[in-house]
Amino acid sequence: MIEVKKLYKGFEGNPILKGVSATFHPGKTSLIIGQSGSGKTVFLKSLIGLHTPDEGAIFFNGTLSSEFTETEKQQWRQEIGMVFQGSALLDSQTVEDNVMFPLKMFTKQSDEAMLARVNFVLKRVNLENSNKKLPAELSGGMQKRVAIARAIVMNPKYLFCDEPNSGLDPQTAIVIDKLIQEITDEYNITTVINTHDMNSVMEIGEKIIFLKDGKKAWEGTSDEIFKTDNEAVVNFVYSSNLFKKVREAYLRETK
Amino acid sequence: MNYLEHIGKYFIMLGRVFKKPQRSKVFYEALLREIEDLGLKSLGIIMFISFFIGGVISLQTALNLESPFIPKSLIGFAAKRSIILEFAPTFCSIILAGKVGSYITSSIGSMRVTEQIDALEVMGINSLNYLVLPKIIATVFFYPFLISLGMFLGIFGGWVSGVLSGLFSGAEYIEGLQTDFNPFLLTYAMIKTLIFAFLIATVPSYHGYYVKGGSIAVGRASTQAVVWTTILIVIANYFLTQMLLT
Repeated sequence: MIEVKKLYKGFEGNPILKGVSATFHPGKTSLIIGQSGSGKTVFLKSLIGLHTPDEGAIFFNGTLSSEFTETEKQQWRQEIGMVFQGSALLDSQTVEDNVMFPLKMFTKQSDEAMLARVNFVLKRVNLENSNKKLPAELSGGMQKRVAIARAIVMNPKYLFCDEPNSGLDPQTAIVIDKLIQEITDEYNITTVINTHDMNSVMEIGEKIIFLKDGKKAWEGTSDEIFKTDNEAVVNFVYSSNLFKKVREAYLRETK
Repeated sequence: MNYLEHIGKYFIMLGRVFKKPQRSKVFYEALLREIEDLGLKSLGIIMFISFFIGGVISLQTALNLESPFIPKSLIGFAAKRSIILEFAPTFCSIILAGKVGSYITSSIGSMRVTEQIDALEVMGINSLNYLVLPKIIATVFFYPFLISLGMFLGIFGGWVSGVLSGLFSGAEYIEGLQTDFNPFLLTYAMIKTLIFAFLIATVPSYHGYYVKGGSIAVGRASTQAVVWTTILIVIANYFLTQMLLT
């Protein structure tokens, strides 16, 4: 479980996060939504330790992250899987090498055992027979799947995804969403996803946090987001006619 | 950011670079890759330039010796001295600063802007140690060989130019090479090479690692890296010459 308490973060005197608190549970897919510039990425990068918060606390299974010793920090890093917006695959390495990389760095498994694990996770993300391809030879959706495979290869307790659907067609985006949700259920991972893809919100949002101007403006589930009358959420989520109609239909049905 | 901040940040970076590699097998694999990328792939340009510049140095010296009282063996002597003392270690290092320096900055800078470095850090990998240490070891160990080859080919180019042009004979040239040979000059050239190799690996790495922005920023950082590496080589050359030869 991850508990975030009153997180503040700014850059060069410009406050980005203004006291965000949240709790994320194992086996659940939590979504952070909000407009561009609302602080989603800074929030996620603060969770994974790429930014040091100015104020506030982040607890991982009850342990304050800022009080980790070097050894604990190293251990904690190995419990984290991260899928970056642009996949962030090492472009000079093949798919197999990319996925195997954390295993090579942090385990003492034999080459055969590592390869077996790599093949297992690649199969899990439906990417068999791509071992020897370079990232540049893959489509955007395939690159995302390799990034997910790399993120789960060490059996992480926490999975973070920064806009996993950006740049993908709607069909591939749904495949990626479903994959993340299935993996979260299967391995009881605490998953946090940054997105502004409304399909993701409807499909996999077991818990949704809406950030506005660096503050948490709303929190709820994908069912609750249909019913909410929070103006900021309604303006953001239902900004397109399609989603407005979906909401109206949902509200009519549930009356 | 002022110069003092950059200098401080550069040394802090070096502090993170010089840590024991997390996995020696991964480090050796990276080292072999860097020897190929930064060393072996520079062989061609160094061989080509050294040979022709050596030839030009000898021709220029021969053409400027007008007095019949100056022995022609001086051409070989002058070529040897200028190639060993300056051309091979300094001029070749400046060429490498351009070729290798821009490659290092753009490759690390691209990794920074595409979040590959963030990905390494999130995995718990010391990205500076993983990316920069193999480059330093590769350049510091390989460049002495590269520069020695440059010396040999430069001197050989001088001999070929004399033989082909007829301005001096091969025997006169070799006599000049053997005159007043001081082995310390080779030591001096190698000391310079090691320091320049270190600068060629670290200054561009610094510019690439801390780049902010997108592809234009990476391009700008590459240019800055080459300029600063060249400036530092020239300054270091001056002080090393004063310290070692006066």
